[in-house]
Amino acid sequence: MIKLQLPISEDAIRELKMGDQVSISGLMVTARDAAHKYIHENWPDWLVPVLENSMIYHCGPVVKKHEDGSWSFVAAGPTTSIREEPYEAAVMEHYKVRAVIGKGGMGETTLTGLSKSGGVYLHAIGGLAASLAKSVIRVHDVYMLEELGVPEAFWHIEVKDFPAVVTMDSHGGSLHKSIKAQSDEVAKKLIFG
Amino acid sequence: MFQYDAAKLKDQLLELLRLAATDLPQDVVDSIQAAHDNEPEASSARSVFGMILKNIELAREESTPICQDTGTNIYMVHIPEGVSMRKLTALIHEATAEAVEKSYLRPNAVDSITGKNSGNNIGEGQPYIHYEEWDKNTIEFELMLKGGGCENVSTQYKLPDVGLGAGRDLDGVYKVIVDAVNKAQGLGCAPGILGIGIGGDRMSSHMAAKNQLFRKIPDINPDSALAEMEDRLKKDLNTLGVGPMGFGGETTVLGVKIGSLHRLPASFFVSIAYMCWAYRRHSMILNTKGEVSYD
Repeated sequence: MIKLQLPISEDAIRELKMGDQVSISGLMVTARDAAHKYIHENWPDWLVPVLENSMIYHCGPVVKKHEDGSWSFVAAGPTTSIREEPYEAAVMEHYKVRAVIGKGGMGETTLTGLSKSGGVYLHAIGGLAASLAKSVIRVHDVYMLEELGVPEAFWHIEVKDFPAVVTMDSHGGSLHKSIKAQSDEVAKKLIFG
Repeated sequence: MFQYDAAKLKDQLLELLRLAATDLPQDVVDSIQAAHDNEPEASSARSVFGMILKNIELAREESTPICQDTGTNIYMVHIPEGVSMRKLTALIHEATAEAVEKSYLRPNAVDSITGKNSGNNIGEGQPYIHYEEWDKNTIEFELMLKGGGCENVSTQYKLPDVGLGAGRDLDGVYKVIVDAVNKAQGLGCAPGILGIGIGGDRMSSHMAAKNQLFRKIPDINPDSALAEMEDRLKKDLNTLGVGPMGFGGETTVLGVKIGSLHRLPASFFVSIAYMCWAYRRHSMILNTKGEVSYD
């Protein structure tokens, strides 16, 4: 298990290889479909300090608001990442984002982008919402809650020992590509004999 | 005439929602445990299943959602003659909004045109409630929470499919299902449970597929040809090697459930409702004394 502390440098991220198990601590931000569309249309400067050398978590949490106005995460597993394929490589390069955390992996454009700008794709376990919410120890802030709604807002969170696996690295390695290639072969035999 | 106490029924529906979101049915847990035990020691698949099993336990103990995507809430409601569907729908809506306040459900209803989240999980077509009258003097609420990730890999084929060499018979059905599960990879939070609808029109075919997901995993299809097909598909799909979350492994599906409808001579649809491993469904029966039993 490799411990990663945020913010993290490009060099440290480039050392990671497909298959590495990591444990993340520090400040990161959630962003999913509507947030990526918003970023891509506006490229806001206010996100620079939030994203630089940090990570984006593809997650739409279940949250609880406390009487003093603070928030906590109740359920917070990853959502499917491939929907952000049209945006992610550009977002990572523009803001120097060092990793995205999600599920299901991403495509060729992102994989190329990871090599170019120095990033990795981290896979968390889908449906592990109750457990992963425990790794979110504090909600630092929330941005655009009114405009985007609870699942799609930017939740700026502090995590501790958040577990994930490197499934796409900055050297062109993708677990998703290799599993797909194997299963394509089996499927072809099952379908065509 | 069947009568009930509306305030009490609202609370009983809230409990049904809590159970559905936080307590995975035992047949599903057993099936995941068996899949865990079947994966080789020290494999990543086994370790993923181990984490999944821990999460299931934690969610149940702490009454928090197993998955943050509390999904489309799909109700199949059976009512005796004379019960107002309109009034039951209002109670389901009330319980839904309260479940959001209690963090059992995520506000999951987004206006498709404005992009605005309704904030209480209620909107046009959400929750989805289907009513049928039956001859029993009880009301049954079957509830399934179906997340977006697995709904996005659900699909529909029409036969013949030239690219797959799939004709208009069970062999053709088999081929398109293999294709769909291979394309889904881990995106639908594998291992999945497949509800298959053969025949019907585009709409009823999807409905038939979803209806299959109300069956329990160990049950056996009363149609022997379909029962055989379910076994064959489960065995063959598990050779694809997709594994839990697409990490590779022996378990790509936990079960396959097939139903069929009559079709038009011109049409032959095969619909595939892919359900994630967080296969959340519970049911509740209300009797004339106002008592409920949950399953």
